[in-house]
Amino acid sequence: MLELLQYEFVRNAIAAGILASIACGIIGVYVVVKRIVFISGGIAHASFGGIGLGYYLGINPILGVLPFSIASALSMGWVSKRSRLPEDTAIGILWALGMSIGIILVSLTPGYAPDLMTYLFGNILTVPFSDIVLMLILDAVILVVVYSFYKEFLALCFDEEFATVRGVAAERLYLVLLCLIALTVVVLIRVVGVILVIALLTIPAAMSRQFTSNLKKMMLLSIIFGAVFSSGGIWLSYMFDVPSGATIVLVMSVVYLLYSLVKGIGSRGSA
Amino acid sequence: MNSAVIELKDVWVHYDGMPILEGVDLVVEPHDFLGIIGPNGGGKSTLLKVILGLVNPSRGVIKVFGDTPKSARRDIGYLPQYSLFDMEFPMSVWEVVLTGRLGHTGLLKRYSEDDKKAAYDALEEVDMLEYKDRQIGKLSGGQRQRVFIARALAGEPKLLLLDEPTTSIDSIMQEEFYELLNKFKAKMAIVMVSHDISAVSVYVDKIACLNHRLFYHHSKELTSEDLEAAYQCPVDMIAHGVPHRVLKKH
Ligand SMILES: Nc1ncnc2c1ncn2[C@@H]1O[C@H](COP(=O)(O)OP(=O)(O)OP(=O)(O)O)[C@@H](O)[C@H]1O
Ligand SMILES: [Mg+2]
Repeated sequence: MLELLQYEFVRNAIAAGILASIACGIIGVYVVVKRIVFISGGIAHASFGGIGLGYYLGINPILGVLPFSIASALSMGWVSKRSRLPEDTAIGILWALGMSIGIILVSLTPGYAPDLMTYLFGNILTVPFSDIVLMLILDAVILVVVYSFYKEFLALCFDEEFATVRGVAAERLYLVLLCLIALTVVVLIRVVGVILVIALLTIPAAMSRQFTSNLKKMMLLSIIFGAVFSSGGIWLSYMFDVPSGATIVLVMSVVYLLYSLVKGIGSRGSA
Repeated sequence: MNSAVIELKDVWVHYDGMPILEGVDLVVEPHDFLGIIGPNGGGKSTLLKVILGLVNPSRGVIKVFGDTPKSARRDIGYLPQYSLFDMEFPMSVWEVVLTGRLGHTGLLKRYSEDDKKAAYDALEEVDMLEYKDRQIGKLSGGQRQRVFIARALAGEPKLLLLDEPTTSIDSIMQEEFYELLNKFKAKMAIVMVSHDISAVSVYVDKIACLNHRLFYHHSKELTSEDLEAAYQCPVDMIAHGVPHRVLKKH
């Protein structure tokens, strides 16, 4: 496996995998403990609108995703808190709306859309260096924001009403959290694509939850799980020449299911 | 002169067009220990939320420490009736109690030594220090209630709002708890919602009865007309055993 490292694309792939693991390790923990998996899935899928925008404007689609996913995060957060619609209905509508905008913009773009599949399902083996730099910057933003508001985020996730009473601007902070999810989506798109982002946001965090009841340790463990699984996935996808994003997700899911199964059997034995 | 802790004037709250609070007037002075009783759905929790600025009134004026509820929050300790949270939530008792200090620690700062000392003392007061590293979901209902009481105390409040604090607390702890509140009176005003009329009548200094309208005479006495109007049933069904303590003789 080591001789693979001489190829630049493999080194880039591994760097992208680690950068993705950092973002999804930290933010995924919030997604899982605050139970906002559905809204996160909505933000991820709606971001496809941004890819369409990128194609339509003839720029790097990732640069189209950034503003678009932030906008969809803010509107989902706002609509889910303020509108009279039930939260999941509102999210479902925006989810589909974002994707529809993407499809229409792509079809309006003259010529054909190269790499469209890459953005839908990811391809970590073709990540250009410029995107790695972007991922690095976004990771840094995520780290700084989470470090700065760590105690407020924790209070918000645990008990929003009490946090409000203690003077935390809960609604604003929640929108900030959704924006961080949007940034994470941008980081992850190259790796697994908009369709599979939700797997990276949930599986490493759900697994680390099995090992610790401390949020910081959960984050650290999630990052490690993410890095190990994505490296394993990259290697498998290279060996068998299958799509990397799906392979990474498959590796994670299988390990998680096996682990749950073994643990389930173990606890039944001791009961 | 504006020394009142809480001042409500003609406060109305509507949910979906239905009046929940109807023209509530209430003054709470420093060191008051006020008990609020009333039937289910009478608006007791809503009243506390109005004082906290969590629910906006459709009419009326609310002053807490002479200020808006939002600006006064820092000095209010709150124990909600229900704390809905995920039992699996990865947070320790210690971390939960520390969130009671959020109003005191600025943004972008870690909890200070003062914060930790206050959280430690609060846990000690409710006798839960030995559980401080336990995950919050792995406590019994009553233990958890004690932790939430500690969380309310950790902010060193000047006004304590308690929404049915003694539900699911055993009788020994209940008595200790009321003694503790009696001690706190020197430092703060306390408003406690409770269904336990007999406990209320023993420990609190003043009683109000709320059923959309508030019946309150700045004393420990309510007339049987008040109670009958509020509960809409004969008095001896509500206050049997203790009416002589609560009810004005007439
Ligand atoms: N968020 C809400 N939306 C709509 N109606 C509400 C809401 N919260 C409370 N209500 C209504 O307001 C009324 C008063 O509720 P509140 O919780 O203040 O009663 P309570 O006196 O605390 O009752 P309990 O003794 O059961 O705790 C109830 O009829 C309830 O249905
Ligand atoms: Mg109530």
